[in-house]
Amino acid sequence: MAGGSKTFGPSVFQRKKGLAPMLRFIFGRLAVLIPTFLGVSLIAFSFIRLLPGDPVMLMSGERVMAPERHTELMHQLGLDRPMYVQYFDYLGGLVTGDFGSSIVTKRPVLDDFMNLFPATLELSLCAIIVAVLLGIPAGVIAAVKRGTWLDQSLMGVALVGYSMPIFWWGLLLIIFFSGYLGWTPVSGRISMMYFFPQVTGFMLIDSLISGQAGAFKSAVSYLILPTVVLATIPLAVIARQTRSAMLEVLGEDYVRTARSKGLSPFRVIGVHALRNALIPVITTIGLQVGVLLAGAILTETIFSWPGIGKWMVDSVFKRDYQVVQGGLMLIAAMIMIINLIVDVLYGFINPRIRH
Amino acid sequence: MAVAEIKTTKPQTGFAEFWFYFSRNKGAVMGLVVFLIILFVAVFAAFVAPHSPSVQNRDVLLLPPGWTQGGQWTYLLGTDAVGRDILSRLIYGARFSLFIGLVVVTLSVISGVLVGLIAGYFRGRTDTIIMRVMDIILAFPSLLLALVLVAVLGPGLVNAMIAISLVNLPHFVRLTRAAVMSERTKDYVIASRVAGAGTMRLMFLTILPNCLAPLIVQATLAFSAAILDAAALGFLGMGAQPPTPEWGTMLAEAREFIQRAWWVVTFPGVAILVTVIAINLMGDGLRDALDPKLKRS
Repeated sequence: MAGGSKTFGPSVFQRKKGLAPMLRFIFGRLAVLIPTFLGVSLIAFSFIRLLPGDPVMLMSGERVMAPERHTELMHQLGLDRPMYVQYFDYLGGLVTGDFGSSIVTKRPVLDDFMNLFPATLELSLCAIIVAVLLGIPAGVIAAVKRGTWLDQSLMGVALVGYSMPIFWWGLLLIIFFSGYLGWTPVSGRISMMYFFPQVTGFMLIDSLISGQAGAFKSAVSYLILPTVVLATIPLAVIARQTRSAMLEVLGEDYVRTARSKGLSPFRVIGVHALRNALIPVITTIGLQVGVLLAGAILTETIFSWPGIGKWMVDSVFKRDYQVVQGGLMLIAAMIMIINLIVDVLYGFINPRIRH
Repeated sequence: MAVAEIKTTKPQTGFAEFWFYFSRNKGAVMGLVVFLIILFVAVFAAFVAPHSPSVQNRDVLLLPPGWTQGGQWTYLLGTDAVGRDILSRLIYGARFSLFIGLVVVTLSVISGVLVGLIAGYFRGRTDTIIMRVMDIILAFPSLLLALVLVAVLGPGLVNAMIAISLVNLPHFVRLTRAAVMSERTKDYVIASRVAGAGTMRLMFLTILPNCLAPLIVQATLAFSAAILDAAALGFLGMGAQPPTPEWGTMLAEAREFIQRAWWVVTFPGVAILVTVIAINLMGDGLRDALDPKLKRS
């Protein structure tokens, strides 16, 4: 790690060198995850049982059902067993990858999730890349030019982005770029003209592999507005966080030392200051994963983007509660895993928290 | 700082000191002014609004704003698809948004502080259980959890507020707990305990007042987040139900007109954005005024 006064080298505090403390750290984190995962599964499990009526009545919908048929179905689905037996059964299913099946389409929830997830992942990755590539430089510039009009306008824009109702922002962009200028399509992932096999599930990559003329351009044009909408809040948050982290670091002694050694301002800011300022920023980026998924619900609904956000909203409205239950579970599990990865990465770049 | 000290003969009261730092932040003062205007408009909506928010005038369907061609000045921001005045609906809508923010913040602050105090004060197994439950809530994207909760409870404004409060809860619990943990081993708390103060007195009168600063800042941010979340739920059809003039619900109704009547879509969003910016500006000002670490700047 660059600079001396703030960060001590790992060797000062760590008795053991190498991977052992890191592994212990990872296992400690995993141990905490297990009760959380059980709790999440309990919530997803009780969710269907909290609804008025029982699953059989929900499945039959409006149709009237004879009491005998109802009892028979309850028995068939194992719903007449004690709650805790049902819960352990459900848990057993989760471990073997059985997340239930859709009431409407009868397809396994896990299959649908796997099919739709790449669309959400592609959109979220593009959004976070845009947010990081624009947000970090904007924050650094604002911090270095502190108090100037440049700082004030950058932070003004960040405040607006941070306060943005993104569902409305999406509608505005559609009105202007799709309606008025006619530049971008309104909904979907790629023009109906193109057909090619799904290889990676990422439309940008698949369209390139297919080699069809114009396919990649079409995919980009469909991706651009949803990316802008989804990136808005993370971009603003990252810019604000980078600015305040930079301001804190720029006041440190080691930065002054670096300056007085005669290093170029670019080197002082870009290497000495930024490297340490990025530590809290990376946590912020990690925390944006949940924000991105919440944003994906709205963004995908507005742009009819066939991802898991739209899938969940549609399932809530179709009262397809098996999908909602399984989807909740899968999404929560994914967020927990991503948070774990962020924690581990954080441990790697910041040895101070590895105790 | 030096000037202020010469001016004041008696020591500054807490509020005077707070106002000194808060008023130095021009953005925060601007946010406060805008917020007070919105509050005024919401409280006196019946006098401020030019029309009723619910009367449908069949003669003026989808009328454009007053300053554009074909608009009428009596309908300053135009009318919606059933001939209701948009400005009046927005003015009445301010009531809902501010009310939502207030209820959500009150609910989540009171329960969050209580739970956080218990966790931070008693530590041990109680703390572990509480924090695991909070981790579980945080494992879901907040909007998704709120959406599913409302689906269970039934769509509507009250249930939306309950759901959003619950989703907000972990932030207050974590914040209170962290503040309590850093305070409870300090000398003044130990002195108070040695003097014979009971658990309740220690928790609520000795420790809590010293943890308030970060909570006030978080409450402001939660206020604006609650307005955004409620509008998002309304937009998805799970919050306030039509014909309630809630801003998000208005946007949901306006969605089908985005190609032919831009004003129906634009103004409710502007109302949400302006309100949220005003509150966030105040939040930034509060943070600067209440955070001693930043005062030196």
